[in-house]
Amino acid sequence: MSSVEERVRKIVVEQLGAKEEDVTPEASFVDDLGADSLDTVELVMALEEEFETEIPDEDAEKITTVQQAIDYVNAHLG
Amino acid sequence: MTVYSRILGTGGCLPERVVTNFDLEKTLDTSNDWIVERTGIHTRRVAAEGETCCDLAEQAARRAMAAAGLGPEAIDLIVVATTTPDQIFPSTACLLQQRLGIHGCPAFDVQAVCTGFIYALTVADKFVRTGSARRALVVGADTTSRILNWEDRGTAILFGDGAGAVVIEASSDPGILSTKLHADGAYKDLLQVPGGIGNGGAGAPYMEMRGNEVFRMAVTILGRIVDEALEAASMTRADLDWLVPHQANIRIIQATARKLDLPMERVVVTVGQHGNTSAASVPLALDVAVRDGRIQRGQTLLMEAFGGGLTWGSILLRY
Repeated sequence: MSSVEERVRKIVVEQLGAKEEDVTPEASFVDDLGADSLDTVELVMALEEEFETEIPDEDAEKITTVQQAIDYVNAHLG
Repeated sequence: MTVYSRILGTGGCLPERVVTNFDLEKTLDTSNDWIVERTGIHTRRVAAEGETCCDLAEQAARRAMAAAGLGPEAIDLIVVATTTPDQIFPSTACLLQQRLGIHGCPAFDVQAVCTGFIYALTVADKFVRTGSARRALVVGADTTSRILNWEDRGTAILFGDGAGAVVIEASSDPGILSTKLHADGAYKDLLQVPGGIGNGGAGAPYMEMRGNEVFRMAVTILGRIVDEALEAASMTRADLDWLVPHQANIRIIQATARKLDLPMERVVVTVGQHGNTSAASVPLALDVAVRDGRIQRGQTLLMEAFGGGLTWGSILLRY
């Protein structure tokens, strides 16, 4: 089974149409990967689906980079 | 014998005045690129001064009756979906009835904002299936421009005015195959016009929307109702010829099409030219695709919508 990091990066690549090499831990969805506000909403929804969890809006707002998404999933899974 | 409601004819009406994104750039802190990227909207129509919801509804209704080959005397039920009625009362359906010279048949409005037409057609379908009506005129019409705050760039860019109509008739051939309506008032604050009669008109008479939350709800809900509608008719995604979605935002439409595995060539999209015409959006899109020959008799269509309330629903039918 893939690691959380691999699964998050895969979703970011699929949702934002980003190149794999650009999806670094520090990459910001908006500033580096060209996401707009609706992309970030869809990204959070895709993360919820992949990891079968609910991400409240106030938490979702704080997930702005690839590493933050990975950290969030790690902190809220099992 | 099972009785179905069959669509005999469709009609639409848009106001003449076109408002482009470039027009909006002049008065709002926004840009054509921003609007197109996030919504897919290029232009919308806005009613002229003095032009009302019933004016648009009347034109759409006359075109639908002409397409059905019927005169007003054949109609025995009128249901109008609108959130922007000409008057507090009588209902727009009664005003329309008077314009069409129809007397005596039931006529009433249904208010479910952008889901209004799905609600209205579902109600009319029940009348037809139970034998209470034989030929119904169902209209979705809104002049949403009248309830917009034109200084709010989050909503002013999204909406347009218009009307769409269908005439349905009792038939032994399908017809409407399934209807599904839902609402959840717990989400009433996501999308609303706070002003009203209950507070003496004290609240703002203009639309307020929490855009990102509405977007998220819409994508989630629509994915669910599409499957629900197909299941109710024991059909699969492969049986669908056309998706006729509520035209709120191209991104929501694309997300729904993706969930359906339906290529965008099988989706009727008018949002680019019409914007979100609220209750009119589904019947207008249907009318466009029927008249340009894309939608053919015998094909299977899924119509879906969501809107303030929140309300949402779908109708699966064989055209």
